[in-house]
Amino acid sequence: MTPMPDAGSGREVVISLRGVRTLFGERVIHDGVDLDVYRGEVLALVGGSGSGKSTLLREMIMLHTPDGGSIRLFGTELVGIDEPNADALRCRLGVLFQQGALFSALTVLENVGLPLREHTELDDAMIDSLASIKIAQAGLPPAAAGLYPSELSGGMTKRAALARAMVLEPEILFLDEPTSGLDPTSAGLFDQLILKLKDLLGLTVLMVTHDLDSLWDVADRVAVLGDGRIQGIDSMRALSNSTQPHIREYFEGPRARGTRERKC
Amino acid sequence: MPDHIDSPAELHLLDETLHCSGSWTVGHLAGLRSALRKLVLPAGTTLSVDGAGIAAMDSAGAWLLLELRKRTEAAGGTLEWQLLDASWQRLLEFVESVAGKTQAPLAERKPPSWLDRTAGIGENLIGFLSFIGETVIALLRTVLHPGRVRWTELLDDMFETGFKALPIVGLLSFLMGVVIAYQGAVQLKLYGANIYIADLVGHSMLRELAPLLTAILVCGRTGSAYTAKIGTMQVREEVDALQTMGIPPVDMLVLPKLLSLLIVLPLLTVYSDVMSIFGGMFMASTQLGIGYNAFISRLGEAISYTTFMIGLVKAPVFAAIIAVVGCYQGFRVSGSAESVGRHTTVSVVQSIFLVIIVDAMFSILFSILGV
Ligand SMILES: Nc1ncnc2c1ncn2[C@@H]1O[C@H](COP(=O)(O)OP(=O)(O)O)[C@@H](O)[C@H]1O
Ligand SMILES: [Mg+2]
Repeated sequence: MTPMPDAGSGREVVISLRGVRTLFGERVIHDGVDLDVYRGEVLALVGGSGSGKSTLLREMIMLHTPDGGSIRLFGTELVGIDEPNADALRCRLGVLFQQGALFSALTVLENVGLPLREHTELDDAMIDSLASIKIAQAGLPPAAAGLYPSELSGGMTKRAALARAMVLEPEILFLDEPTSGLDPTSAGLFDQLILKLKDLLGLTVLMVTHDLDSLWDVADRVAVLGDGRIQGIDSMRALSNSTQPHIREYFEGPRARGTRERKC
Repeated sequence: MPDHIDSPAELHLLDETLHCSGSWTVGHLAGLRSALRKLVLPAGTTLSVDGAGIAAMDSAGAWLLLELRKRTEAAGGTLEWQLLDASWQRLLEFVESVAGKTQAPLAERKPPSWLDRTAGIGENLIGFLSFIGETVIALLRTVLHPGRVRWTELLDDMFETGFKALPIVGLLSFLMGVVIAYQGAVQLKLYGANIYIADLVGHSMLRELAPLLTAILVCGRTGSAYTAKIGTMQVREEVDALQTMGIPPVDMLVLPKLLSLLIVLPLLTVYSDVMSIFGGMFMASTQLGIGYNAFISRLGEAISYTTFMIGLVKAPVFAAIIAVVGCYQGFRVSGSAESVGRHTTVSVVQSIFLVIIVDAMFSILFSILGV
C-alpha cells in the first residue's frame, strides 16, 4: 500500500500502468500501454474513437481485467487483487460514467446520498445535508434534488453524476467524456468546477475527453492513445507542436488549429 | 487525502475553545454524532475553534464546522476559526458559498388520489383500444401488400418464441397429462370404467387445458420478452428514431411479433395436445394396465374432430392477446429501467388475466352453440 515516489520528479505516482494489453477476441485494443499519473494532476486521455480510451479507464477502475501487463493504484497491483482490497480501493475512487449511470428508481438526492448510506454510519439528516451540498457544489439548482433522472437534461445528468462521484471525497476522479453533449457555457463551467475541486481537495483527475477547450484549460498533461499505446504525453502546448505523426494527426484538424491559435 | 490519516474526528469544548482533532473527513465523522449531541454551547459568548489538531479535512468536515457555527449563532454567540490551515480555510469558504444555495429537500410527492387513479384506468383503456386499432390497420395494410412483411424479423421471432419453447411446453404438457390421468384413474377404478381414461384425458386436455397451458406459458416466456424488448428500445430513444425515419414502429416492431405468434401458438397448442396425450397414455398403462393400442383406439372413438378444433381455434385469439398486450406495455415504458420492469410485470399479469377471461367467454359461446 505504500505509494511510490517517482524517481525522476519526486512526485507521488498514484496510477501506474506497465505494458497493459487488452484483446477483444482476436482484436488487439491495447498493446503495451505505459502510463503514470501523479497525485494532484489532471491528466487527459485523448485518442480517436474506438482507440480504447474507455476500455483503459474501465481497467483502471477494476471493471475489466487486462489480458496482460500491470496496473497499480496507490501502489497496489490490480491484476489478481482480492475482493476486500478491491473494495477498499474502490472507496478511494470516484467515477463519472459517459451516460451518467444515475439509478433511475432514485431521485437525484437519493442517488448522491447512496454511497454515504452504504459506506458511512452517518444519520439520514446528515446524509441528506451532505448530499445537497454536493449537489450545489456540482452547480445544480436545489430544486433538482427531488427530480428523477428521467426528468433531467443532459447537462444536469452529468452534474448529478459528478455530485455522486464526489460524495465520498475520492482521491482520484475518473471522468469519461464529462463535457460531451454539453452546451459551451455548461462545458466551461464544468471545467472550472473540476479545476476548483482539484485545487481545494487536492484531487487527482483522469479524464477522457475530446473537448479541445478542456484540454487547453484544465489538463496539466495530455496523453495520446493510438495504435494500442501511448504515443506521447506532455502539456497541451508541447503536444500541439509535436512532429510525431500520430499526435499530429490527432491535433491537425481545422478545429484543433483554431483552438490552438486562440489559446497561444 | 493521504490514506495514513484515519483517526476518527474528535471534538472537545474546553473553556471557550473547541478543540478539534483527528480527520474531519466523510468516513470518520460518524463518531462525532454523540459528541455533538452532548455539546452544550454557552449562550452569548464568542467561541473559537482550535483546528491545530485536525489531520485532514474535506467538504463534509467543513460543512460540520459550519453547522457548529450556525448552532453557536443560534445560541446568540459567535464562532471564530483559529489555527486553521489556510487550505482548509479556503475549503470552508467554498463550502459556505455553496451551502447557501441548498434548501431543505422537497416534500415527498403525493401518491395519486383515488380519482386520478380511476382516470388513469380510463386513459389506459382508451390508449389500449387505440393501439389495437393501429395494429389492426397495420395488419390490414400488410395483408393487402404481402410484400411488406418483414420476413427476417418474422422468422427470427418464430424461432425464438416457437422452436425454443418446445422443451418447456412439451415437458409441462406431458406432466399435465400425467396429473389428469392419475387423478382420473383413482375415480374410474372405483367404477371399473378404466377405459374411459382416454375420454377424460382427451376431452380435458384438447378442449381446455392444452390451449390454456400453452398460452399461459407463452405469456410468461414471450409476452414479457416483447415488453422488455420494446421498453428498452423506448428508453434508449430507438422507438423515436424509427418514427423520425418514417418507419412506423408498429410495422417494424409489432407486426412481426403478432404474425409470428399467430402462427406459432396454434402449432405449440397441437404439440401440447400430443404431449399431454402421451402423458395420459403413460399413466393409463402404469396405473390402470391399459395398453397403448387400447388407449389410442378408445381415443379415436371418444374424441371428435370438433373437440380438437374447439381447442385449436382459441390459440390465435390468445396469440393476439399476448402479442398486443406485450407490445402495448412496451410502448408505455417511459424513461427508466424501473419502468421497464414495472410494465413487464403488468404485461404478464394482464395477458394471463385476459387469456383466462377470454377462455371463459369461449366456454359460454360453445355451450350456447351446443358444441
Ligand atoms: N465489451 C466489448 N466487447 C467487444 N469489443 C469491445 C467491447 N468494448 C469495447 N470494444 C471495442 O474496443 C475498442 C475500444 O473501445 P472504447 O474503449 O470504447 O473506445 P473509445 O476510445 O472510443 O472510448 C472498440 O473498437 C470497441 O469496438
Ligand atoms: Mg468511450
